[in-house]
Amino acid sequence: MAWALVPAAPRLISALGLRRLVLSRPVHISLFITCYNDTLFPRTGRAVVAVLERLGHTIEFRQAQTCCGQMHYNTGYQAEAMPLMRHFLEVFRDDETICIPSSSCVAMIRDHYPKMAAASGDSAVARAVEKLLPRIFEFSELLVDKLGVIDVGAFFPHSVTLHPSCHSLRSLHLGDKPERLLKQVRGLTLIDLPEATECCGFGGTFAIKNVEVSAAMLSDKLRCVLGTRAEVCTAADNSCLMHIWGGLSRQRTGVRCLHLAEILASTEAGEVS
Amino acid sequence: MSVRVGEAATAPEFPVAAKKLVSNAQIRQNVRRATDIIRNKRARVVEEVDDWEQLRRAGHEIKEHVLRHLDFYLQQFEAACTRAGGVVHWASDAAEANRIIVDLIRAHEATEVIKVKTMTSDEIRLNPALQAAGITPYETDLADLIVQLGEDQPSHIVVPALHRNRMEIRRIFSEKMNLPELGYEPEDLTAAARAYLREKFLRVPIAISGGNFAIAETGSVCVVESEGNGRMCLSLPRVLITLIGIEKIIPKFRDLEVFLQLLPRSATGERMNPYNSIWTGVSPGSGPREFHVVLLDNGRTNVLADDFSRETLDCIRCGACLNACPVYRQTGGHAYGSVYAGPIGAILTPQLQAMQHSQSLPYASSLCGACYEVCPVKINIPEILVHLRGRVVEEGHAPIVERLAMKAAGYALETPERLSLAQKAARIAQIPFTHDGVIRRLPGMLAGWTAVRDLAPIPKQSFREWWAKRQKEPRL
Repeated sequence: MAWALVPAAPRLISALGLRRLVLSRPVHISLFITCYNDTLFPRTGRAVVAVLERLGHTIEFRQAQTCCGQMHYNTGYQAEAMPLMRHFLEVFRDDETICIPSSSCVAMIRDHYPKMAAASGDSAVARAVEKLLPRIFEFSELLVDKLGVIDVGAFFPHSVTLHPSCHSLRSLHLGDKPERLLKQVRGLTLIDLPEATECCGFGGTFAIKNVEVSAAMLSDKLRCVLGTRAEVCTAADNSCLMHIWGGLSRQRTGVRCLHLAEILASTEAGEVS
Repeated sequence: MSVRVGEAATAPEFPVAAKKLVSNAQIRQNVRRATDIIRNKRARVVEEVDDWEQLRRAGHEIKEHVLRHLDFYLQQFEAACTRAGGVVHWASDAAEANRIIVDLIRAHEATEVIKVKTMTSDEIRLNPALQAAGITPYETDLADLIVQLGEDQPSHIVVPALHRNRMEIRRIFSEKMNLPELGYEPEDLTAAARAYLREKFLRVPIAISGGNFAIAETGSVCVVESEGNGRMCLSLPRVLITLIGIEKIIPKFRDLEVFLQLLPRSATGERMNPYNSIWTGVSPGSGPREFHVVLLDNGRTNVLADDFSRETLDCIRCGACLNACPVYRQTGGHAYGSVYAGPIGAILTPQLQAMQHSQSLPYASSLCGACYEVCPVKINIPEILVHLRGRVVEEGHAPIVERLAMKAAGYALETPERLSLAQKAARIAQIPFTHDGVIRRLPGMLAGWTAVRDLAPIPKQSFREWWAKRQKEPRL
């Protein structure tokens, strides 16, 4: 008789609110905040900490951390990116689980560190990169794949649209992970973004070196965001959001941009300040 | 050897050219409409192929194999083509290729040639070379005809006149074909082109073609097209001259199985091209009596020598990356200052032609990855763009202000202490530019950002400061 209950067990666990307890044993998580979140979006970092601690995990923040080297690497300054990679490898050498709330930085590490390591000709660096890759997780990967949670107990009574971001889509292949997390947030209305997979036009130094084209791409993205009439535009990348917000603010649209973590950190008590 | 790629040596930098095009409402509308249609068609017909990913991998591997053994396959092609009655010529650069072709035409005392779509001929600027030699070239592909009569440049690899709408085409045809009463329905325009071209097909004795594939095993050449003008050019004239880049070689006839599935679906969203012409040398009593192949290097062997970007030469010129590219879709092809536009042009042009002529092209991308996703032969375009950016910097072509800024940023990011200091300094530096909690104008390089976007000021406390403070507080 008891066997008959087995297929229903996950639903039962979920219904009893035990999912978090059963699936995610406390994990010690090292946070790579990324240099621009550290400087420009510290609130995203506080939100990541709030969500993970609420789920019962512990956070390590290594003060020695700086930058993954993405800006230098992608702009053609590969030599300058090399010491940044070496520094990153050194700082996070012993951490089992590393959370990075930025798809583009994760993509930098996954897609380019192996090539940089090979180019360095240093076999110790190559080994360090090889050992690093399975230990890094973008924030929604960490929640869904590693910790097995989609309901993080958030409350956010607003309409939201999700910009899936190029690196999330085409490099990390996050798929519907961000959507699944958002759909569990109480009070939240998720509105599909038309032409969602189109780039917003940020592209790092592209936004400055090719202002006109970047601006044209941004205006297409804004048209789609505004068309949803959502109050908030979210993404797994603050770099895209900085760009989209820059346009929304310039046009005095009143639409906010919030990193996915900031929505997931919100509760009945309010948003992360 | 002097390599030239169309007008790329004298073209303006990409951002300069793009600025003009972005404010041209008509071109943007035309490009958007056309690329939307093609990429939606492509998505539908790719979806229905179960083994699409395997085909892409096969296409990539065949091309990579060829590039690693190009010397062997080129000689095999030459031998097979010669056996079948063709004549093979080798051209190391544009000037040599033009000279060979002009000499061949002069040997027949001809003053006119018909042409079937060949981007390679635009690369070597064959038409101006022919005209300088007193030879009139007639483009017979509908889009190329529009470009030629409009005294324009192609803006797309597959659909060169995609920046034109039918009203513009009507105006061009009406003026240049002297048809004041011409209607503006697509049927009217094609009928006009048909009448104009038919006379040329029947009269002109020499044709020039490109080639999609050259088959080493048999010495055959393959051209795919949609309008039948190719078939006319390949079969009616007495003499056929085919110009192909040396990277167009495939080893065996059966390799077409892969490419004739990948190419039409990626290029025009068709399951199969309406016309697939494959010919081998000359056949007595049928088709041209004389057949010449000009094999063109024009910088390709330099690309071959670069391990990181060699796969640029895998390209089968389908144009899917152009239709997918959000940058190309805003500007159209003219911004790239080269016959090769879009993402593939941004990596091909600067490699064929010396980097200093086209250093802005590797930066003409937001690295969104849409090109790589649709490429039928899996050319990792974003990776090659970044590699070429590295070469631009290494060869000293990057602006001095940028170099200094990057050096300074690299220095600041090397240790957390320096990063903290830089954060504090930036917080002070932003004060004069911050009004009512928003930055609306910044100086220097950053002015580009605030030209069209606001910036939120750097918050008072960095994350690392917040964390350090939090660690000191007693926790409940």
